[in-house]
Amino acid sequence: MRADPLPVLTDATVKSQHEMTVCNSCRYCEAYCPVFQAMEERLTFTSGDVAYLANLCHNCGECLYACQYAPPHEFGIDVPKTFSALRVESYAAAAWPAFAAPAFRSPWTTTAVALAAGALASALAARTLWVGDARVAFPAAADFYSVVPHDVMVTLFGIVGLFAVVALGIGYRRFIRSIADPNIADPPSPLRGFGAASPVGAAARDALTLKHLHATGEDCVDAEEKRRPWRRWMHHCTFYGFLLCFASTSVAAIYHVVFGWVAPYAYTSLPVVLGTVGGLGLLVGPAGLFLVDRRRDPALTHSTQASLDAPFLAMLFLTSLTGLLLLALREKTFMPSLLIGHLAFVLAFFVTLPYGKFVHGIYRAAALVKFRRESNH
Amino acid sequence: MAPPEVYEVAVLGGGNAALCAALAASERGARVIVLERAPRVFRGGNSRHTRNLRCMHTAPTDILTESYSEDEFMTDLLRVTGGATNETLARIVVRASADAPGRMRRFGVRLQPSLRGTLHLGRTNAFFLGGGKALMNSYYAAAERRGVHVVYDADVIGLQIHDGRFESATVRINGREQQVRARSVVLAAGGFESNLEWLKEIWGDAADNFLIRGTPYNTGTVLKLMLDAGAEPVGDPTQCHAVAIDARAPKFDGGIVTRLDCVSLGIVVNKHGDRFYDEGEDFWPKRYAIWGRLVAQQPDQIAYSIIDAKAVGRFMPSVFPPIAAASIRELAALIHVPAGTLAATVERFNGAVRPGIFNHEALDDCRTDGLVPNKTHWAQRLDTPPFWAYPLRPGITFTYLGVKVDERARVALRGGPAANIFAAGEIMAGNILGKGYVAGVGMTIGTVFGEIAGREAWRGVSSDASASQTGHRAG
Repeated sequence: MRADPLPVLTDATVKSQHEMTVCNSCRYCEAYCPVFQAMEERLTFTSGDVAYLANLCHNCGECLYACQYAPPHEFGIDVPKTFSALRVESYAAAAWPAFAAPAFRSPWTTTAVALAAGALASALAARTLWVGDARVAFPAAADFYSVVPHDVMVTLFGIVGLFAVVALGIGYRRFIRSIADPNIADPPSPLRGFGAASPVGAAARDALTLKHLHATGEDCVDAEEKRRPWRRWMHHCTFYGFLLCFASTSVAAIYHVVFGWVAPYAYTSLPVVLGTVGGLGLLVGPAGLFLVDRRRDPALTHSTQASLDAPFLAMLFLTSLTGLLLLALREKTFMPSLLIGHLAFVLAFFVTLPYGKFVHGIYRAAALVKFRRESNH
Repeated sequence: MAPPEVYEVAVLGGGNAALCAALAASERGARVIVLERAPRVFRGGNSRHTRNLRCMHTAPTDILTESYSEDEFMTDLLRVTGGATNETLARIVVRASADAPGRMRRFGVRLQPSLRGTLHLGRTNAFFLGGGKALMNSYYAAAERRGVHVVYDADVIGLQIHDGRFESATVRINGREQQVRARSVVLAAGGFESNLEWLKEIWGDAADNFLIRGTPYNTGTVLKLMLDAGAEPVGDPTQCHAVAIDARAPKFDGGIVTRLDCVSLGIVVNKHGDRFYDEGEDFWPKRYAIWGRLVAQQPDQIAYSIIDAKAVGRFMPSVFPPIAAASIRELAALIHVPAGTLAATVERFNGAVRPGIFNHEALDDCRTDGLVPNKTHWAQRLDTPPFWAYPLRPGITFTYLGVKVDERARVALRGGPAANIFAAGEIMAGNILGKGYVAGVGMTIGTVFGEIAGREAWRGVSSDASASQTGHRAG
């Protein structure tokens, strides 16, 4: 039996269906982005269809400012805002476990609880060492494992990381089922068929270049007649900063496991260089996105979507900041406090991954693959 | 608004022609004021609802395919107007249209090639990326960058014209009357299609059932003021461009989405359940304007397009849902048409359908025989439930009455051309488009004559200025 994760016709779904019906009779926006091209493939819109289109939307403002039916017109068409509300609902509907779905409605509380839990866990992890080990008070310079033993760190992050991957994976699967064509019993996995020329390859390029934030060759508007690259560039800083930090950790793990080279690594070593550059990206990008968000036209984004941004950006920024501080001050005697603080942020960050803004990346990627696959027909 | 000052060019109106005039004058250095009657959110007149403009070109461009010659454009204009055109002015529009895309782009307008639904216009019409409101946003942004003074909610209620010279306009802004003085004026305030009283004077009570496809602000105030001031009229004062649209559309501003493209796929009956015209006479884009008038002539100005399941998916999706039923009689009850008559009409129609090979892309051989009126193409039996009905009403796009102008866009007064009064857009389109319509030509007229009017308005002012300077020096 196929469970429908979007069984309820919410206000955002009904409004999206109304808006797509109006848009599909107008089609003036069809050259702006794939949302309207995908819309034109359909005559009617199921809840899955609008969830797919909503996640394909990159939330620029072109179609709102161009719309002859925008509020206060009685048709009240505001696709960016309506879709931004529907996206949050689609995140919550796909969340695993289902009882965690309310996290999307209270992102600051979720973040605060996760941080408290992270702080407790890292303090406990460190405390295991305090018992009967005098080195704790005066750890060797930059010796993180004297504060939290390597095995403890690996176990802790292994569990948390595995949980995040499983939760995201199940959410992803629920999401692609919810947007699949109901006439097809078993939707093809969006990841089937790799290669640069495949729909997955094309969608990967779309995602990695944020193509649909400048699909017409110019940056999309973020205010009426204002085309600025900042949102795209700051997103690139954030995304590639995150990737570099991930790469840094992976390289360090290989150093440790394969070569037996134990941290701390030199400032010129690959993990430290990757982590430093990535960490800077994660300071600049989230701070920039926060500023871009602040001056953004409130007509473009629903409050439920907008409220997801700040906690996620704050977590990225603070995780990076504590990591860079730890790196810069790892020779100092107060390093253990910094380490415990940083680990708390990293733990909270991973735990909240499946329940916050992070999921937009994987659901948008799924929508992009679906779009490329449909376009191939 | 700022304390009284004298502008060099005042533009009355805020649509495509108005902004083209304002930009043409301001790029030459004029101090320009634009008086737009609508609030900012609804600025742009009927241009808000447009999507493209027709332009000639001798070779394929990045947005237009093949070529569209001056002669072909002229031939199209002569055909649709049946000769009701000033050929000199028409040729000016056609020739200047070649430069329109380039000019528009200089002001930040973005154009696109036509996509799937509009391929038949890809050769003749340049499409605005995002449509007419996006076009107007670009123009207003360009005007603001150039320091054009744009005033919204500015209702022109009087014109002071003496000896063929414009002196000032009386404008109501936020309930306060003010005088706006300018050394020349461009009238670009559209027609009178949203003036329900004026429409009733012409069409009587039938006008109560008309829907206005565009802005509610085109009440023809400026047009009437000018005619009262002695401007020579042009265009049939009783004619308007009327399209059959969905009867459930809003009274104003329904725009493009209220169109219905299914008429040629089924039959159309009036409120008594009788057919009244050949639904398959020609392709719908060539017939939708005729159907506005046809529906206006039916009792209560209402008609119903009736199709069956075979037509589903063959026409552009409509914004309002079809009225659906499992049988013709049930459908008749839903649309309050006598069931017996409608059933008999459908039965007679089905019996008269001759065998043929259906092809909606061509004038096919599916027709009826022996009916009055016959359906001459795309006639298929209505026999596959569900049956769908869409109610139709006349949707008014624009009116033809305007002021006469010369090739410099000067308004013709009874004593000769006005010294400093120019016109552009729908208010003078009747010079070129005396009747009929061909897609995108209204925007071409507005763009070309907007530019001419703005340029000429400034030329008059600047030559006055240099003349008076010369005079001073001589004195």
